[in-house]
Amino acid sequence: MIQFSAINKQFDKFKVLNNIELTLQEGNIIALIGPNACGKTTLIKALLGMVIPDTGEIFFDGKSIKKDWKYRNNIGYMPQIGKYPENMTVGQVIGMVEDLRDAQLNKLDRELYDSYKLKDILHKRMGTLSGGTRQKVSAYLAFLFHPHVFILDEPTAGLDPLSAIILKEKILKEKEKGKIILITSHILSELDEIVNQIVYMEEGKIVFNKPIDQVKSDTGKTKLTEAIAQIMNIDKRV
Amino acid sequence: MKKVVKYVAFDILRNKIVIAYMVFLFLFSMGLFIIEEVPEKSLLSLLTLNLILIPLISIMFSTIYIYNSSEFIELLAAQPIQRKSLWLSFFIGLASALSLAFFIGCGIPVLLFSANSVGIIMIITGWILSVIFVSVSMFISVYIKDKTKGIGVSLLTWLYFTLLFDGVVLFVLFQLLEYPLEKLIIGLSVMNPIDLVRIISLLNMDVSALMGATSAIFKQSFAGNMGSLFSFGVLILWMILPLYLSVRKFDKKDL
Repeated sequence: MIQFSAINKQFDKFKVLNNIELTLQEGNIIALIGPNACGKTTLIKALLGMVIPDTGEIFFDGKSIKKDWKYRNNIGYMPQIGKYPENMTVGQVIGMVEDLRDAQLNKLDRELYDSYKLKDILHKRMGTLSGGTRQKVSAYLAFLFHPHVFILDEPTAGLDPLSAIILKEKILKEKEKGKIILITSHILSELDEIVNQIVYMEEGKIVFNKPIDQVKSDTGKTKLTEAIAQIMNIDKRV
Repeated sequence: MKKVVKYVAFDILRNKIVIAYMVFLFLFSMGLFIIEEVPEKSLLSLLTLNLILIPLISIMFSTIYIYNSSEFIELLAAQPIQRKSLWLSFFIGLASALSLAFFIGCGIPVLLFSANSVGIIMIITGWILSVIFVSVSMFISVYIKDKTKGIGVSLLTWLYFTLLFDGVVLFVLFQLLEYPLEKLIIGLSVMNPIDLVRIISLLNMDVSALMGATSAIFKQSFAGNMGSLFSFGVLILWMILPLYLSVRKFDKKDL
């Protein structure tokens, strides 16, 4: 279980996170959506300990993550833009992360390694990879250590349709194992098929946190895309 | 932590600039010792070069390396690694790689041609200078977010310590000639690690003619080895303090 408790964060004068209260439970795929610059990525980074909130605390399985770092053993993070040392090869980056995590090699989740055919690109330098291929490496690293929580920031952006489907199937499989999966994305049609909970943010605040069916019935739409478009439109008029 | 140090140090040792630095130091030192028959004279020339080159390479290379590694740092920060050990690993990696380059480039020729107390002090102070300027660059790059600005500040810092500082000291000296200035000058020289290294080296070489104002006063004020001991103490502070402040800042920094 992940719990955000009264999280505030300010960059200069701009309030990025405004009193965030949010609880995420096991066995759910949660979509974090909202307009650009609404604080989604900052919220994710706060959970990863990369951004330190001004006030408030985040609890990971009941324990505060302040001053803690071991909890990150339980997180698989796929960043929006995978940033890697440009002159390392794919094989070196994977080897390094495995090494840093003290991975027991026989217990790794190598499913994506085969389905993404990473073997063919192991010798390539990270700097030469296309955006989509980087995403594949990021995805592989996120799932590699059987984490308890997945944080996927725009996971399918840049992936070709086939790779995106592979990733979605993988995500659903992990959900069945009772994991927490937090996804941000702008491609709502894709989320529609896998997500069961929607957290909608705007200007650093959480506007609502509902199961997807309720979002659809509240707006009277059958598709998530239309439902969210309607919500964003209403906001604009007000 | 050991693993991160390993990756950083190997990454740096493969870097062309570090290799060029090492080769240049080596050729230059060997050349000096071979051309000049009196090793003391070569040591003196080498000292002049070291006082300029070591701080320059250490501070500029480290600053640029840290900024260029922002992606690497971000990748590692999302892994289960403590923030403090992440930052210290970068410091240890940089400091050990640059020290190794200095030791191979300058230390080996000195040991070959002039393995006496003066030579040893030269190697130790060179190593200390390398570490100090890595430490200073860590401080600069953690506090300044913008890469260009950070590199500029590093360059100015180097310029200040190598050139401007002496000017300031001389200016103060001439303005206040009538007053007893020993304490003030000693206090001022503590502010500049390069000056301290120059003082230690010249005190040990005993070439008063080449001493700056600060070293002459040091020689007057401290009997025997007190001057060197005092300077070494301050140099160690220079290694630790910027690093300590940068670790504290990095621990709370948003990446």
